[in-house]
Amino acid sequence: MAARQETVARVESIDVDAYKYGFSTDIESEKAPKGLNEDIVRFISAKKSEPQWLTDWRLEAYRRWLTMPEPNWARVHYPRIDFQDLYYYAAPKSTPGPKSLDEVDPELLRTYEKLGIPLREQEILAGVETRRVAVDAVFDSVSVATTFKEELAKAGVIFCPISEAVQTHPELVQKYLGSVVPATDNFYATLNSAVFSDGSFVYVPKGVRCPMELSTYFRINEQKTGQFERTLIIADEGSYVSYLEGCTAPRRDENQLHAAVVELVALDDAEIKYSTVQNWYPGDSEGRGGIYNFVTKRGDCRGRNSHISWTQVETGSAITWKYPSCILRGDGSQGEFYSIAVSNGYQQVDSGTKMLHLGKNTKSRIISKGISAGRAQNTYRGQVSAHRKADGARNFTQCDSLLIGHDCGAHTVPYIESKNPSAQFEHEATTSKISEDQLFYAMQRGLTAEEATALIVNGFVRDVLQQLPMEFAVEAQKLISISLEGSVG
Amino acid sequence: MIKLASEAEATLSSFYEEMRAKGAPRLRAAAWAAFSEFGLPSRRVESWHYTDLKTAMSRPAPLATSSRGAMPLPRAHDSLRLVTLDGVFRADLSDIARLPEGVAVQSLRDALAQGELHVMSALASADIGAQDPILALNAALMQDGVVVQIAPGAKIARAIELATFSSAEAAQSTYTRALVMLGEGAQATLIETLGALSAAPAQDNGALVLRLAASARVELVTHLSGGVDQSIRVASLLAHLDADARIHSFALIEGEGLHRRQIFVRLDGEKASAVFNGATLGRGRLHADTTLIVDHAKPSGQSRECFRNILDDQSVGVFQGKVIVRPGAQKTDGAMQSKALLLSEQATMNNKPELEIFADDVQCGHGATCGRLDKDQLFYLTARGLPRREAEALLIEGFANEAMEALEDEQLKAFLSDRVSVWLSRRIGR
Repeated sequence: MAARQETVARVESIDVDAYKYGFSTDIESEKAPKGLNEDIVRFISAKKSEPQWLTDWRLEAYRRWLTMPEPNWARVHYPRIDFQDLYYYAAPKSTPGPKSLDEVDPELLRTYEKLGIPLREQEILAGVETRRVAVDAVFDSVSVATTFKEELAKAGVIFCPISEAVQTHPELVQKYLGSVVPATDNFYATLNSAVFSDGSFVYVPKGVRCPMELSTYFRINEQKTGQFERTLIIADEGSYVSYLEGCTAPRRDENQLHAAVVELVALDDAEIKYSTVQNWYPGDSEGRGGIYNFVTKRGDCRGRNSHISWTQVETGSAITWKYPSCILRGDGSQGEFYSIAVSNGYQQVDSGTKMLHLGKNTKSRIISKGISAGRAQNTYRGQVSAHRKADGARNFTQCDSLLIGHDCGAHTVPYIESKNPSAQFEHEATTSKISEDQLFYAMQRGLTAEEATALIVNGFVRDVLQQLPMEFAVEAQKLISISLEGSVG
Repeated sequence: MIKLASEAEATLSSFYEEMRAKGAPRLRAAAWAAFSEFGLPSRRVESWHYTDLKTAMSRPAPLATSSRGAMPLPRAHDSLRLVTLDGVFRADLSDIARLPEGVAVQSLRDALAQGELHVMSALASADIGAQDPILALNAALMQDGVVVQIAPGAKIARAIELATFSSAEAAQSTYTRALVMLGEGAQATLIETLGALSAAPAQDNGALVLRLAASARVELVTHLSGGVDQSIRVASLLAHLDADARIHSFALIEGEGLHRRQIFVRLDGEKASAVFNGATLGRGRLHADTTLIVDHAKPSGQSRECFRNILDDQSVGVFQGKVIVRPGAQKTDGAMQSKALLLSEQATMNNKPELEIFADDVQCGHGATCGRLDKDQLFYLTARGLPRREAEALLIEGFANEAMEALEDEQLKAFLSDRVSVWLSRRIGR
């Protein structure tokens, strides 16, 4: 039982009460009045000096949102959210549009230091590691700093807050914003479209391999604020970009709403790798507080042979409602989804993916590991579908779940829909799927069955973790390096 | 609470008023209340996502009123047959006189009129299945059917066949319900035959309620066939298993129109075991939905499901299988497998295997695949001189038979294999 004990110990060590990013920063901030109405939408738009088309777009989304019912199909339970009891805009007060880090409030810089996010380029350069990461730091509703912008610009890569992109590259924003997740998509995405504050914008031009990892670090700080970030990444023909996202929030007794939208567009032969380590405050061991993480993430493999890969390590949030998806539109395009979701305390996770095969010879792969402890409920919900014209589509799905303790639950809800005979779909959800052959091989070499199991399963989880870029893999491994022995379904 | 709005639901409401006068008013009222809460299920109801009954049943056909005399019925099995024709149990067409000792039969209508407590409580489905509007509708509107009681310890050698047919020349609705109760340690083989004898688009809502006392054993073969383009059949099975009880079941769906077989099984005693296998032979515009909920309520239960969907033309196959493991149902062992073959460009398969697990020391898994015939295997056979269609037939047959292998009754196995061969020979002939 050694391996299992280790697992239990590891999961307990990410006990919700031991949340180490739970501090809050005492910083003066400017907020919009509480509540939501057309004036608030206009206020946010005006704050960001947006062009008329965007203001109109937001207002249209807001009006649409008013007519939409809240979704209730996910296996999560929470008291009704009072959308009028939230602040929809909060920004740390500082000199308008800091030109350099020297103008940024030192309190803010200290916050990111405490979070371990490097915002000073020289510090990064002086470091031992040779790999560099450009960071966009979003604090409540605004982006406070973006690093390495000049160097990226040399390669032609645009990496900036989306509010800045609206000013500097309006044609790109107008062309792609809402083209993957339409403003009318779903309750939370529509709300986001109305009130989105900041987020990152990335454009990688034709044939460019982005010279470094791009990263955004989201931090909710203010009380009673919702964070509605919007990220848009466009990889033009033949380009490549790897993007990382991290998130934390202070420990508070109240629940806070985080309703983000992420849109990815991959044109011909382009590749986008999107990784998330989600560590929002999960609430305390009694289930008080924590972030409601209601997120719409979708990638559109618009071009031929394009490739989008989602990797997520989910350990935070009181409630997660999140299905990073791929629309495999271009012939020969590929989608991947690798996920490890760990839930403890009273956390509820309803997460998974959608792989919609529209083009010919499209391929997708889903690997999902759910771990449930304490009184948590962990659901995998995924859809794989093949359109009539998706000749030669392929999918492989594997979902494993592990339960630790009597009071938690693990659920699997896959929807597998095929309208094409040449589409080949395989779905498995099993108890630690270890082949007899592998076990036999390892035991032949002197390992006990237990050790052999641990070895094989650990190796398998590592495979998923290895989908993460180096910098994140280390962080994720710290969060979880878990053996999945004894898992179910 | 009553929020039925559509015309269809108003028609059903008038059916209910009519049936309420015919016995078991309390049971019907509770069921009608449950149905009223949901109404006819549309795609927005999660468990009916792939079968839009609200659209299909937008015009409920009039309730069947059978006054048909004796008529010859097709007979496929050497069985003790109990016939329900056009919504009415027909003792005159049934093998009542040949029933062996230990088997007691009466019509549902009589049973409802007598209102015996144990029968009534067995008919009321309070737990599993209570969430299904169409099963509730069946309980609210049940016209007739049969009640079979098998004495404790009785081992019935010959199969008991519950045959339900529609024969009307015009569209009609039937709501039938059979109740089979097996006493402790009793054993029986049951055949459930659901067929149509006419070309009228029938709307048949049938339910079989099975109660297995401790250590009882049932082998059940269900055969859904017949139907025309506009016909609708929902065949529900509600099974309760006490400790050590075992059910072993296979269902074959073929024909035309819309067929939905829904299975709600509750393993209510320790070490109960359930096997639900099945195959669908889809042709034309058949819409065949198998929806299954296996509820492990007690420890050490075992469940196995193995389904094969073979879909040609524009047929649509649906498999939704949910395994629930309740808190405390430790040592549960569940495995579910659903495989589908798409034989035409227009066929569709929707698979939704689900797990809902609240106990940690369990072994549960599922697998689902969908694709077409393996090219290499086809090549192997055609290279040996088999015409392509025959080669395909051979592979399809093997694919279908995988789900039948576990059946113990050789005669029934032969019957089912024969159905597959007939279906395939029609395919070769085209």
